[in-house]
Amino acid sequence: MLVSVQQIEIGQEQSQRVEEIIEAYKHKPGALIPVLHEIQNVLGHLPMWAQQRVSDAMKIPLSEVNSIVSFYALFSEKPKGKYSIGVCKGTACYVRGADKIIEQLQELLGIEAGDTTPDGNFSIEVVRCIGACGLGPVVTINDTVYTRMKADKVKAVITSLIKQAEGGG
Amino acid sequence: MQIKINGIKVEVQPHMTILQAARKAGIDIPALCSMEGIHEIGSCRICVVEVKGARTLMPACITRVEEGMEVFTHTAKVRRARKTILELILSDHPEECLICAKNNQCELQKLAMQMNVQRVRYEGEYSPRIIDDESPAVVRDSAKCILCRRCVMVCSQIQGVNAIAPIGRGSRTIIAPAGRESIMNSPCVQCGQCVNVCPTGALTEKSHAARVWEALEDPGLYTVVQTAPAVRVAIGEMFGLDPGTPVTGKMVSALKRLGFDRVFDTNFSADLTIMEEVSELIQRINEGGQLPMITSCSPGWINYLEYFFPHLTGHLSTCKSPQQMFGAIIKTYYAEKAGIPADRIFTVSVMPCTAKKYESQRPEMHSSGYRDVDAVLTTRELGAMLKEAGIDLLSSSEQSFDEPFGPGSGAGAIFGNTGGVMEAALRTAYEMITGEELKNLEFHQVRNLDQVKEASVDIGGMQLSVAVVHGLGNIKEILEEIGQGKSPYHFIEVMCCPGGCIGGGGQPLSKDPEIRQKRIAGLYMEDQNLPVRKSHENPVIKQLYREFLGRPLGQKSHELLHTRYQNRRELIHSAY
Repeated sequence: MLVSVQQIEIGQEQSQRVEEIIEAYKHKPGALIPVLHEIQNVLGHLPMWAQQRVSDAMKIPLSEVNSIVSFYALFSEKPKGKYSIGVCKGTACYVRGADKIIEQLQELLGIEAGDTTPDGNFSIEVVRCIGACGLGPVVTINDTVYTRMKADKVKAVITSLIKQAEGGG
Repeated sequence: MQIKINGIKVEVQPHMTILQAARKAGIDIPALCSMEGIHEIGSCRICVVEVKGARTLMPACITRVEEGMEVFTHTAKVRRARKTILELILSDHPEECLICAKNNQCELQKLAMQMNVQRVRYEGEYSPRIIDDESPAVVRDSAKCILCRRCVMVCSQIQGVNAIAPIGRGSRTIIAPAGRESIMNSPCVQCGQCVNVCPTGALTEKSHAARVWEALEDPGLYTVVQTAPAVRVAIGEMFGLDPGTPVTGKMVSALKRLGFDRVFDTNFSADLTIMEEVSELIQRINEGGQLPMITSCSPGWINYLEYFFPHLTGHLSTCKSPQQMFGAIIKTYYAEKAGIPADRIFTVSVMPCTAKKYESQRPEMHSSGYRDVDAVLTTRELGAMLKEAGIDLLSSSEQSFDEPFGPGSGAGAIFGNTGGVMEAALRTAYEMITGEELKNLEFHQVRNLDQVKEASVDIGGMQLSVAVVHGLGNIKEILEEIGQGKSPYHFIEVMCCPGGCIGGGGQPLSKDPEIRQKRIAGLYMEDQNLPVRKSHENPVIKQLYREFLGRPLGQKSHELLHTRYQNRRELIHSAY
């Protein structure tokens, strides 16, 4: 629901950008992935309307576009939250209890990993190794990296972000 | 070139695969995902073989032969590997064989038997089951899918529709339309070619058997069945006959034993379609209407045009398909003539097609005030119902279709194969336009399996330029040409499925590579043996116009036998 509201609000300017990106690559063979990548940079994710535009303009069936979008972990079909949380589940973080961190986050925010809260504030994603193995389990929230996470630390960080989100309107 | 398979010398052509070479030598290598010429990606690995000097086992379906190659197809190592692969597939496949629509026709089941798999050593989580039964024609059950991608290939490479693709990654992949939507929210044309190639029960037709049984058992209902031309040359296959053997008379008596009050022939309404369609063509030529005109009997084709080229639907003949015309005539003219109220008549059609189910449920197919067709059975469903009722088709007596819509003409019979509608139309157009008798009825230019056939026919000094296309993947260029106003044709026949209706998505499953040729030969044989071979000479057609319709394209025809089209793409994508 929220997605469509956002779409209407951001509509004009962003869809203009999407058209420009498509226009730039339209006649280059094999350009599908860079096009999708750039559109995601603008929109934050790849909603179906954008995939449909790419399909029409580049004359690639929508099923094929979506097949590629859904294959690569790099692409997201759902909008990310204002606070985009990534939990590393690489081997080192995994053995140090990344699973418990994910469970804790899911419980606190009431969503599954891969989803976004209905108010659009938080999203949880499970990510591959981010290279901070010695400091695991590692959680990233937007550009901030949180190391050696434990359940109570997670709770403290999230509670304070919820307050910020509400306070900041 | 020579290679050795299991020590036997085999003469092969370069570019052959090991699988082809082995088959040529009479050695059976099991294969699952491969469809020769269409789908060769070697994804399932069931066909692996040992090749001397190769580091690993090689998939026979995509490995090309090389001079002096030595192949071993059934060594202990190979058999062990195949069993492991099969067990891994089975470990994520529901054990529901006894109650599966594909029971006894499932390729996975056959392989398990062939390889003597009696237990599955691997246990794990099953993939979630997603059932998409929103379509009135095709049902998808993701749990039974083994991700072989045959359906994806037939949908994209043969039909050019691209409704489905692998969505997601790894063990979470499912075959689905974009966005994991129902096929109803996709370009899917409901043709059922995917159902025909699915090795398991993941893709099946939406069954109408239950509602037909119910109608047959309801003493208050008068049940009327019509059978399409392509059914009579295929249903015998389900009872062990050679493909293409016509069993028209036996099929009629079997349908009567099943309990239908009247058994009629769709060939009759094919004749009716020709009367209307040819009149429409002549009118368009004389009055400067939109040309080329394109045939409209194939509902998968209609769905395709309405989605991919909605701006060209003005080129479609406005004629309903024979199935729908028949329904409309039954619930009006026939109801009155037989003295049975239309609301007590239940019309069933037996079709080689899944898209006919979709067509019958389109809201506009209701012009008499009653649904033209109440239920549509595929050839496969009818075969299964006969078996359930204990009726052996082969030992059934020969009976004729009921009056008055009994025998259609030979022209009606060939509606079931590519080129047939064109030939039927030409037979009538020639005589309608020139008023002279057509000497040679057979138009051999349109009688083969070429993807696109062209002909120019001299009709009373006018050169009528026609084209015939089958398999939707072959139509795009012709449509683009029409869009640019450059089409050289007056009249085009399009059938959705390769070979025409005889290769439809509701036909008995077959592995015979010559299946289409054999069924087509059966229909031409029917045509040759019928006393009337031109639609306009069918005496019942004449009677119908005299007593009820008046004339082709008249007021009554317009109401009951013609239709309109929609922009399907807009309907679907207004959702985003």
